[in-house]
Amino acid sequence: MADTIPAAAEPQSIPALLARNVGRYGGLPAYREKEFGIWQSWTWAQANAEIRSIALGFLSVGVERGDSVAVIGRNRPRHYWAMIAAQMCGAIPVPLYQDAVAEEMAYVLEHCGARYVVCGDQEQVDKVIEIGDRVKDLKHVAYTDKRGMRKYDHRHMNSLADLQAQGVAGHYRYEAELDTRISELTYDTTCVMLYTSGTTGKPKGVVLSNRNIIETAKNSAAFDKLNALDEVVAYLPMAWVGDFIFSMGQALWTGFTVNCPESAATMMTDMREIGPTYFFAPPRVFEGQLTNVMIRMEDSGRVKKWLFDHFMAVARRVGPSILDGKPVGALDRLHYALGDLFVYGPLKNTLGFSRIRVGYTAGEAIGPEIFEFYRSLGINLKQLYGQTEASVFITQQPDGQVRNDTVGVPSPGVEVKIGDNGEVYYRSPGTFVEYFKNPESTASTKDAEGWVATGDAGYFEPETGHLRIIDRAKDVGKMADGRLFAPKYVENKLKFYPSILEAVVFGNGRDYCCAFINIDLTAVGNWAERNNIAYASYQELAGHAKVYEMIRGHVQEVNRSIAADPILAGCQIHRFLILHKELDADDGEMTRTRKVRRNIISEKYADLIGALYDGRDSIYTETEVTYEDGRKGKITATLRIADAELAPEQRRAA
Amino acid sequence: MPVSHAEEGYVTADGRQIGGTLMELRNITLRFGGVVAIKDISFDIHDGEIRAIIGPNGAGKSSMLNVISGFYIPTEGDVYFKKVKRGPMKPYEVARLGIARTFQNIALFDGMSVLDNIMTGRLTMIKSGLLSQAIWYGAAAREEYQHREKVERIIDFLEIQNIRKTPVGRLPYGLKKRVELARALAAEPKLLLLDEPMAGMNVEEKEDMSRFILDLNDEFGTTICLIEHDMGVVMDLSDRVVVMDYGRKIGDGTPDEVRNNQDVIDAYLGVAHD
Repeated sequence: MADTIPAAAEPQSIPALLARNVGRYGGLPAYREKEFGIWQSWTWAQANAEIRSIALGFLSVGVERGDSVAVIGRNRPRHYWAMIAAQMCGAIPVPLYQDAVAEEMAYVLEHCGARYVVCGDQEQVDKVIEIGDRVKDLKHVAYTDKRGMRKYDHRHMNSLADLQAQGVAGHYRYEAELDTRISELTYDTTCVMLYTSGTTGKPKGVVLSNRNIIETAKNSAAFDKLNALDEVVAYLPMAWVGDFIFSMGQALWTGFTVNCPESAATMMTDMREIGPTYFFAPPRVFEGQLTNVMIRMEDSGRVKKWLFDHFMAVARRVGPSILDGKPVGALDRLHYALGDLFVYGPLKNTLGFSRIRVGYTAGEAIGPEIFEFYRSLGINLKQLYGQTEASVFITQQPDGQVRNDTVGVPSPGVEVKIGDNGEVYYRSPGTFVEYFKNPESTASTKDAEGWVATGDAGYFEPETGHLRIIDRAKDVGKMADGRLFAPKYVENKLKFYPSILEAVVFGNGRDYCCAFINIDLTAVGNWAERNNIAYASYQELAGHAKVYEMIRGHVQEVNRSIAADPILAGCQIHRFLILHKELDADDGEMTRTRKVRRNIISEKYADLIGALYDGRDSIYTETEVTYEDGRKGKITATLRIADAELAPEQRRAA
Repeated sequence: MPVSHAEEGYVTADGRQIGGTLMELRNITLRFGGVVAIKDISFDIHDGEIRAIIGPNGAGKSSMLNVISGFYIPTEGDVYFKKVKRGPMKPYEVARLGIARTFQNIALFDGMSVLDNIMTGRLTMIKSGLLSQAIWYGAAAREEYQHREKVERIIDFLEIQNIRKTPVGRLPYGLKKRVELARALAAEPKLLLLDEPMAGMNVEEKEDMSRFILDLNDEFGTTICLIEHDMGVVMDLSDRVVVMDYGRKIGDGTPDEVRNNQDVIDAYLGVAHD
């Protein structure tokens, strides 16, 4: 990859970028944090001084080249600084998920051979002490928040502030050594090690070099024209690659300001005060905000409610087109401008979105109406597709080409190809170096030419060149007639309806697709109340004829939308049933992160699946359930099986 | 029976140095007409310790706390604070002495924000007059900044940043309790009286509150005297415990001593299981 080697003058490490920023943006704010009710800020020059003193402190407790320095805490400037300070010393920062239990932490600390740990507070220190005997190499613990720490054994522990003071006091001894260490950093030095969350097996340590991070930051910053005056709010877990790219890579590359909220609970207030211009959130954050807005609008007065409904209808009609710069009539523009004055402007201000230039969402599918809501307000919300192993970016949506059902075009510098089985492969300057101490996994994920398998199946839309992700590659199969079967694609479409909590679609190797549906008790219960439907239990509600009628409507709508898709048209739902119990992690039917376990479900409910395919219209079944305290019980039910109408498939014009 | 601790203080089981006597109650009797609420009770509170008063319903615990806070004047007996005999006092005089309290039934201003409620805790320390505060320029503004800074440290300490601007009336019970504690702390008390700080809380809220009580004792060196029903909490938190029953003192000592005191077991705790 000769084309990615930068000119010698360009900074080749995060500490080098920091030095550049001090020269270039010295007086601009680099970090802000709300503490004691006031936003405290640090310019690049001030941040540099703090970071250097932490690095000197690290040297004073003996941090060596190649040591792992774990950082466990919430998003705070000091924690980002500790990571840069570790890099300055030639050590490797390893941020950890702060909500991990001690046991999970033990594995990661042991695996990376952590010798130094920076903890956010007493809670994290307690966890480290609890597992201390398993992490044999551990030499020193530093903590940011002094509260409750007075009585601890401080022989191998002190506060980060004391560590800094200790480093500054000995600066004659360590200064020269530190400068030597910084000068040794190259583009191929490890920048950070991030552990993947490990939904499948043990977490793996993804090693990312300075090249990975800086090249990715450079390309993605250029893609969205990020600059030193942008503002981000750092609130996502520091152990997650996205936060590292946004709050570290891109922040250092472009020189924009990283704002840390006062606490997780004040995030929304803090966000409104800062008004970020560049923002990332997983779909559930946007979903939660929208629900909040809707509930509060339901409670508001009649005039306000009318204004909101009226102007939101206008926004849905013309908002996205205005955002994309498409032609819109003058009258509509005027109408939209009025709406901006009365509704969109104040609403965006309340949500903290007044100044957003670029917003991203990723991680899972976002509901179309949620996505459209934000875009119609004039918020430039886009989707991207990424992975830890790619330093985030694989594909992203360019301004003006945003759609709900694609993840955009390959990011600059990234090559993407589709394998024979439909799996998506990529190669980029951000492609990870290796999995730490795990050459087998490295070899099975990344081939000799640098192509990485994502594990996701997808395809490029021929008309637009946008990538569409349809499912996990291992779940994708073929129908009996050879057409593509992508269960999660269909399930996601079903789950976008508030009444449907979970759906499981079957059809691999079969003639047609069938589905299990779980109703959402809150939403359907509400609906039943409004429609005067009496019910005594979940089971009774789930089996109610009117509920079946409503769900059938949803299924048929989904069928219509699937039929419009030439590749996945075979996945229309022919028959479905509504389950008499909620799928539950306690029964092993789902993972703790609420992902459906297909194998277990198809074994456990084999009788129901049989009935879906043999044409019966009802079936009697017994199901074992596990209660929260571990006792087991049995529920019986006679389930109805309903047919759904199919939509005519649209053949693509030849 | 009751272990007498030296005037100069003592060292607790977990190694904390406790100071000398902060408050001493000598032969306190409190009568309401014919009813004897407290009958000839003596005990002391040392500087820096967490002291609990326990007992069954109607034992006279709250009356005792009211005597300590100066709200009730004992019919017989004397109260010494910092070795000085205390006469009848007005509530603001008590506050100036450095005694603050929370109430069993929350007593906050419902319509005011959390921040304003906590600010009221600093009332006795505000020096500028009504007029200069109304004009709010120069010294008055500076003074408010200083008080606000102190209040913000307490907000940070009790982790209630997210409800800073919320009217107290809208808060759930557990948080109101925490706000009340914050207001008491804002007065920077030497002695903090907590009347059933955990009453009506769930397990998680109790754990949080216990952590705050321990931390504030550790961090600010505040002496704490608390009444509590939850035995587990009392035994875990306090350095020394006074046990009351029918207005009499039936036990006094460390949690372990009290736990093994036969009178206490009979009156209150039931039979110990080993």
